[in-house]
Amino acid sequence: MGRTLYDKIFDEHVVHTEEDGTAVLYIDRHLVHEVTSPQAFEGLREAGRKVWRVSSIVATADHNTPTTGWERGYDGIADPISKEQIVTLDKNIQESGAAAFFPFLSKRQGIVHVIGPENGATLPGMTVVCGDSHTSTHGAFGALAHGIGTSEVEHVMATQTLLAKKAKNMLVKVNGKVAPGITAKDIVLAIIGKIGTAGGTGYTIEFAGEAIRDLSMEGRMTVCNMAIEAGARAGLVAVDDKTINYVKGRPLAPTGVEWDQAVAYWKTLHSDADAKFDAVVELNAAEIVPQVTWGTSPEMVLGIDAVVPDPDKEKDPSKRGAIERALTYMGLQPGKPMDDIFVDKVFIGSCTNSRIEDMREAAAVVKKLGQKVAKNIKLAMVVPGSGLVKEQAEREGLDAIFKAAGFEWREPGCSMCLAMNADRLEPGERCASTSNRNFEGRQGAGGRTHLVSPAMAAAAAIHGHFVDIRQFA
Amino acid sequence: MQKFTLHKGLVAPMDRENVDTDAIIPKQFLKSIKKTGFGPNLFDEWRYLDKGEPGVPESQRKPNPDFVLNQPRYQGASILLARKNFGCGSSREHAPWALDQYGFRAIIAPSFADIFFNNCFKNGLLPIVLPEATVDQLFNEAAAFPGYQLTVDLERQVVVRPQGEEIPFDVVPFRKYCLLNGFDDIGLTLRHADKIRAFEAARLASKPWLSHTMAA
Repeated sequence: MGRTLYDKIFDEHVVHTEEDGTAVLYIDRHLVHEVTSPQAFEGLREAGRKVWRVSSIVATADHNTPTTGWERGYDGIADPISKEQIVTLDKNIQESGAAAFFPFLSKRQGIVHVIGPENGATLPGMTVVCGDSHTSTHGAFGALAHGIGTSEVEHVMATQTLLAKKAKNMLVKVNGKVAPGITAKDIVLAIIGKIGTAGGTGYTIEFAGEAIRDLSMEGRMTVCNMAIEAGARAGLVAVDDKTINYVKGRPLAPTGVEWDQAVAYWKTLHSDADAKFDAVVELNAAEIVPQVTWGTSPEMVLGIDAVVPDPDKEKDPSKRGAIERALTYMGLQPGKPMDDIFVDKVFIGSCTNSRIEDMREAAAVVKKLGQKVAKNIKLAMVVPGSGLVKEQAEREGLDAIFKAAGFEWREPGCSMCLAMNADRLEPGERCASTSNRNFEGRQGAGGRTHLVSPAMAAAAAIHGHFVDIRQFA
Repeated sequence: MQKFTLHKGLVAPMDRENVDTDAIIPKQFLKSIKKTGFGPNLFDEWRYLDKGEPGVPESQRKPNPDFVLNQPRYQGASILLARKNFGCGSSREHAPWALDQYGFRAIIAPSFADIFFNNCFKNGLLPIVLPEATVDQLFNEAAAFPGYQLTVDLERQVVVRPQGEEIPFDVVPFRKYCLLNGFDDIGLTLRHADKIRAFEAARLASKPWLSHTMAA
C-alpha cells in the first residue's frame, strides 16, 4: 500500500523503536531561540554533556528583541530580564557552536521561522524541531517540523534524537481556486474555523488541493504555520518545483553534484496516489471569503460579510458559555456586523505573516487606497520578519509607502504577536493583527486581538475598521 | 525527574474549554533563564486582579476571590480537573513547570493539546485522558462535595473515586515506565548511542548537505 508524505519522512528517520512503538527519531535541524533554550543548555552543563551535532543548530534571538532603539545596541533592550535572556543565548552559542547564528543586531537576525527558510536551513525531507510551537511553518518545504518543549530541546542537543509516537494522518484538501483578494491566511483561518482548534490533535496534517498548490512558498508557510492552531503539531505540503526553486542558491542549500542528488530525492517527497489517510477534510476554495476572528480562540472566526454570533442560538451549553465569555472579553455585541468593528491598533508581522510577500500585499492595499491611517488608530506598525526581509522591502520602496501613510516601520522580531518585548496592547485595546493567536491577553493583558491577513490589516488601518478587501482586489 | 506512582489529592475544577498556555503562564514570566519560580504566576491573569510582572512577590498581589484556585475549599489542591483541549497553544514548557510548582501532580481532562501533553510527562506531571461524560461526573462531584479527593494509581492505571470506584485510563507503556521510575529520557536514549552514531554516519554520508554550515 502507498505511503503518505508524513509516513515517508517519519520512517526514514527512525533509529530505534521501543516495544510500545515509541520511536527514537533522528533530528536533522534544530532551530534555537532565546526563550526555550537557556534551561536546556544549563541542563547539559549540569549533566556534563555536550551538544551532539553542532552542525544541526541554527540560532537567533527573536522573542525579546526590541523593534526600536537598535542604534543603541544592546543598551536599546530596555527590560533587563529580556536582555539577560538574549545575552545568555549569545554565550550559550559561543560556547556550543552552531551551523549558523544570527544574534541580535546582525543583518540576518529575525524570527526563527523566517530566518530558517530564507537561509536554506530548512530543506525538504528534513526533521526540524524548535522550542516553539510554530515550527510547523517549515512543513511547507515537505519537511517534518514541529515544536518541542525545553526538556526535548535538551534531549535533541544531547542525543540528536527525539522520542516520538507516530501521529495519525489527516489530509486537508482545498479544492479549486480562491477569489481575488483571498490569501493564504484566509485559507488557513477557514480551515481552522471548519475543524476547530482541536480538530488536528493527534494528527499530522498534509495540506493539498489546487488552492494550496497555487500558493507561493510564503503562502504555504503561512498555512503550515497555523497547523498548530488547528491542534496538529505538524503540517506538510508536498514538494514541487516551487519548493525547489525557492531553496536554490540559499546559503545552506546544497550546490553542484549535491544539488542534483538532493533534487532527485526531494522529488520523491509527496504522498503516494494510493496512500490512506485516517481523516480527510475538504474545502471549496471559491467559498472562502476574507476571514476575521471575533473571539478568543482561532476557531472563533467568520467571514467579513458575517455578524458576531449570538450565544442564545447555540444549543450546546459549554459552547454557549465559551461564546458568552469570549464576547464579554472582546467587548462585542451579538449581531454586530464584522465590518463595523473599529480597531485601535494594527500589527502587521509575526512568523505567520512577515515575509516579503506579506509586506508587498499590505503595501499594495495601502498604495491602492492612497490615504493615511485613520484618526482612531493609535498605532499601526509593520514589523518585517528578518533583517533580509526589511532590506528587500526597503529596496522595493515598501517602507516608504507605509511611512507616508502613517505606519511605523520597525526592526525585525516577534514583536506584538506575543508582546514579550515593549510592543503590546493596553487593557481594552482592540487590534487587527496578522499573527496567529487571539487568546485572552496574548498581545498584552486585557488586549483584544482579531486575526486577519496582511491585506485586511492594512485596509483596517486606513479605514479604522474592518472592510471587505475584495472590493479593492 | 520526580517519580509518579500513587497520589491522593484534593481536586480543583477548572470549568472552561481550550485553556491555552498563554493563560496557564503569561508571556512576561517566560523571560527567566531558570526552571523555577513559576508557581506563583500560574493562571496569573485570572488569579489576580492586578497586572502581574516578574519579581513582584505574591504577598503584594491582589487575588481574584472568584477564581477557583483562590477559593478556600480548593486550597492545597493537587489534582486539576479540566475540560477538553487543555494546554493548547504555545510549546512553552513553562506551563507544566508552573502547574507542577504550584503543587499539581495530575491533570484530568477529556483531551489535551499534543505538545503540552508530552511536556507534562517530562516533569513528573501526569495528564490523564478520561471520557467527557466521566469528566462531567467528576465536575459535578467536585462541586457537590467540599474536600473532594481522588486517588491516581499509575501502576494500575486507575483513578479511584472516594467510594472506591475505579476509572481506568490509558498511558503509553514507555511513558509509564519513565514516570514510575523517575527516569531521565536522555539517559535512556543514550543507551542507543552507538545506533544513533551509525544511523547518523550513514545519513550524512548519503545526504551531506544536512551538515553544511555558514560562516559567522
